[in-house]
Amino acid sequence: MQHVPDITVPALDVEKIRRDFPLLQEKVYGIPLVYLDNAATTQKPQVVLDALEQYYTTINSNVHRGVHHLSQLATDAYEGSRKTIAGFINARKPEEVIFTKGTTDGINLVANSYGRGVIKPGDIVLVSAMEHHSNIVPWQIMCEDRGAELQVIPMNEQGELLMDQFSALLNDRVKIIAVTWVSNALGTVNPVHEIIAQAHARNIPVLLDAAQAIQHMPVDVQELDVDFLVFSGHKLYGPTGIGVLYGKEEWLDKLPPYQGGGDMIKTVTFAKTIYNVLPYKFEAGTPDISGAIALGTAVEYLQKAGIENVQQWEEQLMEYATQRLQEVQGLRFIGQAKKKTGAISFLIDDIHPYDLGELLDKQGIAIRTGHHCAEPVMTEFCIPGTVRASFAMYTTMEDIDKLVAGIQKAASMLR
Amino acid sequence: MTIKETQDELISDFSFMENWMDKYEYIIQLGKDLPLIDEKYKTPDNLIKGCQSQVWLHTEMTGGKLVFTADSDAVITKGLISLMVNVLSNHTPKEITEADLYFIEAIGLTSHLSPTRSNGLLSMLKQMKMYAFAYQATSQSQKNGTEL
Repeated sequence: MQHVPDITVPALDVEKIRRDFPLLQEKVYGIPLVYLDNAATTQKPQVVLDALEQYYTTINSNVHRGVHHLSQLATDAYEGSRKTIAGFINARKPEEVIFTKGTTDGINLVANSYGRGVIKPGDIVLVSAMEHHSNIVPWQIMCEDRGAELQVIPMNEQGELLMDQFSALLNDRVKIIAVTWVSNALGTVNPVHEIIAQAHARNIPVLLDAAQAIQHMPVDVQELDVDFLVFSGHKLYGPTGIGVLYGKEEWLDKLPPYQGGGDMIKTVTFAKTIYNVLPYKFEAGTPDISGAIALGTAVEYLQKAGIENVQQWEEQLMEYATQRLQEVQGLRFIGQAKKKTGAISFLIDDIHPYDLGELLDKQGIAIRTGHHCAEPVMTEFCIPGTVRASFAMYTTMEDIDKLVAGIQKAASMLR
Repeated sequence: MTIKETQDELISDFSFMENWMDKYEYIIQLGKDLPLIDEKYKTPDNLIKGCQSQVWLHTEMTGGKLVFTADSDAVITKGLISLMVNVLSNHTPKEITEADLYFIEAIGLTSHLSPTRSNGLLSMLKQMKMYAFAYQATSQSQKNGTEL
C-alpha cells in the first residue's frame, strides 16, 4: 500500500530535525500529531524556545536607551539578530532590515508611508488576483485615502498570473506593484524576476510578499533587485509577533515614518521633531526584543540545515504528495501551476472542505480548511474554500501517507 | 415523546459509541437522512449567521406545534442540525421556549466539536428558540386581541 518513490537520500537529516521540535512529539486525541498546517504557522525548534527564555532570564532590558550593562547586552543581541537576517536575505546593510510585527504589519507600513510620500490622486497600485487579504486591504485603504486606484493582475485556471496582461497593465500611472511571491492558497510560485524587471523598466518599485517564500527557497534581495520585501517570523520557525520589512535604503530614507513614538526620533520639540536614522525611523516604541532575537536564532537554525537542502527536500515532498493525492478518487487540485511550493489545495467531489477537515483532525492530522484569507481566489474558482496541506522542513513522506489514508477514510464516511 | 425523553434517548444512543469516529459516523448518517428543506425556503432570510458552512432553517406552525426543516451544504453540519430538529420539532412554542437542553453537553459535543462548529450549533439553537418565542408572542397578542 504505502510505497515510497525513488527519492534521493536527503541532505537534510529530517528525523534528527524532528527531534529538535518539542511539539512534533506531542499527541492529539491520543494519536501522534501529523502537522500539515505549516503555511499558517510552523512549529518552533528548541533553540528558538531557549532563546526566548534566555533573553528574559539573563538579559531582559530595553534596547538603545540605557547606559547600563544589561541594556547593552540586549541591544547587542537585538542588533546582532538584524545582522543575521540581513545576511540571510543578502541585504546591502543591516539598516535595510526593519523589524515589524509580521507580514501584515510590513505591508501596512509600506502602504501607509509610500501612500503619504508618493501617491497622488489618479495613481494606480497594482496587486495580483491571488493575494492574501493582507496584500489587498492595506492598499485599498491607502487608495481610498489618496484618491488612487487599485488594479488587479489576472490569473488563469491553473492559478498562474497572466503575464501578457500584466505587461498591458503597466503605464505611467502605476506607482507601485505589490505581489505575492508564493500564493498561500494555491502554492503558485510567481515569476517575480520578470515582474521586477518589467516594473523597473518603467521605474515602478515592487513590493514582494515573501510570507510563503522565505522558508522554502533561498532569497537574495540584491539579486532580485526588489524594492520592498516582507515576511513573518512565525512561518520561518521563529516566534509570533515578529516579522521583517526589507527596503532599499534609498526608498526607506525617502519615505515618511509610519508610526511616531520613542526610538524613532532624534530630537523632539513641540514645534518640530527630527526623525532618527534607519532602521530606527520605522521602529517606533519598544520593539519585540525577545521575538527579534529568537527570530535571529530561527534563521541561524535554518542556515545550519541549509535552505538549499530544505528546498530540495520540500520539492520531493510536493512531488510525492501530488502523486499520492492523485490516487484519491474524486480529488481535484485547486491551483495547478507549473511551479508550486509549500502548499497543496484540493477538494473532493462535493464534500464540504470543513467536513473533511474535521474528520482529518479527529485522526490527528492538522490541515487548514476555508478561504485561507484569500476570498477573491475562492470567488475566481467558484468554491467556498479548499482543504490545504502545507509542508515544512520536518515533514516526512510518512506524514503524507497518513494524510492520504486519513482522506480516504474521511471521504468514505462522507460520501 | 417529550423533549426530555428525546434528549435522554440521544444521550443513551451516543453512550454506546466508543470513539469519536463512530460518533461522527452516526452524525453523518443523520445528516444524510435529514429530510430536505423545500428549495424555496433556502432564502437569505432563512440563513443562520455564525456558521462556517451555510445553514438554512425554516419554521412552520401545524396544529399548534412548530415544525422545523433545515439544510446545510456540509454533511456533518446537517447531522448536527438533525439532532436539534429531532429534539425540538413537533412541539408547542411553549415547550420549546421552556426546554432545558442538556443533551449537547451530555453527549460531549461542545468539547469535541471545533469552536466554530459548536458556535454554529449554539446560533442554531438560539434561532430555534427565538422562532418559538416569536410564535408564542404572536399567539399571545392574538388571544389578547380576541378578548378585547
